Amino acid sequence: MNSNRPIAVTAPAALRDAGTETPVDIPQHPLSRRLRVPFIWLVVGAILVWSWSPTEMWKVANLFTDWRNMAEFGSAFLRPNFRGWELYLTEMIVTIQIAVWGTALAVVFGIPFAILSSSNICPQWIVQPVRRLMDACRAINEIVFALLFVVAVGLGPFAGVMALFIHNVGIISKLFSEAVEAIDPRPVEGIRATGSNKLQDVIFGVVPQVIPLWSSYTLYRFETNVRSATVLGIIGAGGIGQTLYESIRSFQYSETAAVVIIIVLSVMIIDIVSARLRHMLV
Amino acid sequence: MSAPAVEVANVCKCFLRGSPVLRNVDLKIERGEMVALIGASGSGKSTLIRAIAGLTSIDRNEGEGGEIRIFGRPMQAKGRVTGEAGSLRARVGVVFQQFNLVSRLTVLTNVLLGLLGQMPRWRGCLGWFSGEEKQRAMRALARVGIERHALKRGSELSGGQQQRAAIARTLMQGADVLIADEPIASLDPSSARRVMDILADLNRSEGITVLVSLHQVEYALRYCPRVVALRDGAVVYDGASSLLTPAFLSELYGAESEELFLPGFGKTDEAAAESAPDSFMPRKAGVNGSRPEAALGGMAALGNA
Repeated sequence: MNSNRPIAVTAPAALRDAGTETPVDIPQHPLSRRLRVPFIWLVVGAILVWSWSPTEMWKVANLFTDWRNMAEFGSAFLRPNFRGWELYLTEMIVTIQIAVWGTALAVVFGIPFAILSSSNICPQWIVQPVRRLMDACRAINEIVFALLFVVAVGLGPFAGVMALFIHNVGIISKLFSEAVEAIDPRPVEGIRATGSNKLQDVIFGVVPQVIPLWSSYTLYRFETNVRSATVLGIIGAGGIGQTLYESIRSFQYSETAAVVIIIVLSVMIIDIVSARLRHMLV
Repeated sequence: MSAPAVEVANVCKCFLRGSPVLRNVDLKIERGEMVALIGASGSGKSTLIRAIAGLTSIDRNEGEGGEIRIFGRPMQAKGRVTGEAGSLRARVGVVFQQFNLVSRLTVLTNVLLGLLGQMPRWRGCLGWFSGEEKQRAMRALARVGIERHALKRGSELSGGQQQRAAIARTLMQGADVLIADEPIASLDPSSARRVMDILADLNRSEGITVLVSLHQVEYALRYCPRVVALRDGAVVYDGASSLLTPAFLSELYGAESEELFLPGFGKTDEAAAESAPDSFMPRKAGVNGSRPEAALGGMAALGNA
């Protein structure tokens, strides 16, 4: 009964006190706490200043003093030249195909690594080394892998596939294992209680739970990989990047513009379609 | 072949940095028995059930005991789940409070998964079930009365139907022992009765040994001839359910007894609770009989009635 005691109505009384100008102590944070925000801004500013000359940031003025170059560049871009569109389109499709295989291989090999790096499935002595290995795959950019694979397997799209594959195994295994670590353990226990083995626990208890998220992540990575694959051609790993690079190097800005437009349109279409699909999955 | 179905010998369990959850529990369940395990929440029912199922390891005991045997074969010994547990689990069907079905798989597949422990590993991993096995699964579903929902996803069923699917899964396992951890705690009363009816029927007509932990004593009294009562991780009563009067229960559980009854069950007589003769309590050793909450519990039960 006494839990229903009415709350004392003190607020108006307190306000009246303020009206009579009785000085009230305004609480203040300690000095160190108050200096925290200015200090953070100071550090950010110092880092920017420190990075100014090494990155030749003073050249920002060149954007305006060399405006003629910019104008030439820009005017050519406004008149895209689609004469070679058949080549651009086949190369764009090759780029997408590189992304398809890169993603597919990354998923196939990423799944076991994801399971092995999930701390709710595997013991720490397996999880930690596998995670570090995956960190290494992820830490190195696909361009670097592409350079290595161009040396190893020669110029062409296959080097691009391999580069995307290795880099994405690291990413997929991390994304997938995070999904695995968030599962509901009870269905897995229900299956274990029937006398199944560990692999069957994963197949029937874990995988059905994470399939929607895994599919969504796969589509997302495919989108990203199409974007990455357009760059891989620049270093000779096949696809539209090569065409793009060649037209820039030969100052054919109208052709460059056409290629860029094709890339942008393709990426947009793929993003829209995959976003639709992902929406259906989750 | 006269080894008891379930044998729990001097089992203790402590979780990290906590008070013990199970204290020297001894329990023997013969084949074909139907036993209720009662106790307030936190009394160790779930832990005991999970330990018997080999899902939680028990503490290595100094000296004697510290073993759980199923049909005389060790499920747990020396503080760890034995290597035999995998094959033993196939003989022990477990039914959980939250059903533990895989919600994205169909009910039929969920039931078929009960076979995993008995079929060749590679076939189990691929999920290849023969037509004959599917027939068996459908018969199991018919046994619990949900064959119409075979192709629905687990998540599309009501709680009571999911629990019946989980029972069908243990039937598919061909389990000789069925242990159920609060199988009706999250069900409405009519589904709860349905599930308990099925468990009792399996016990009667198939001779399946059933150990079922229950939150509410009424079901224990109605369905199970024998009751094991836990309090603070120790067995405080093990005997016929007919001897369990409300007065005796409030003596056993004190203030906790309040949550063991549905509102409106019986009448707890405060005076009777206090004057309950000690001879009614065959194994009262673990209980501090003169706790003041006993009287309070009686009052609370009165207030509910």
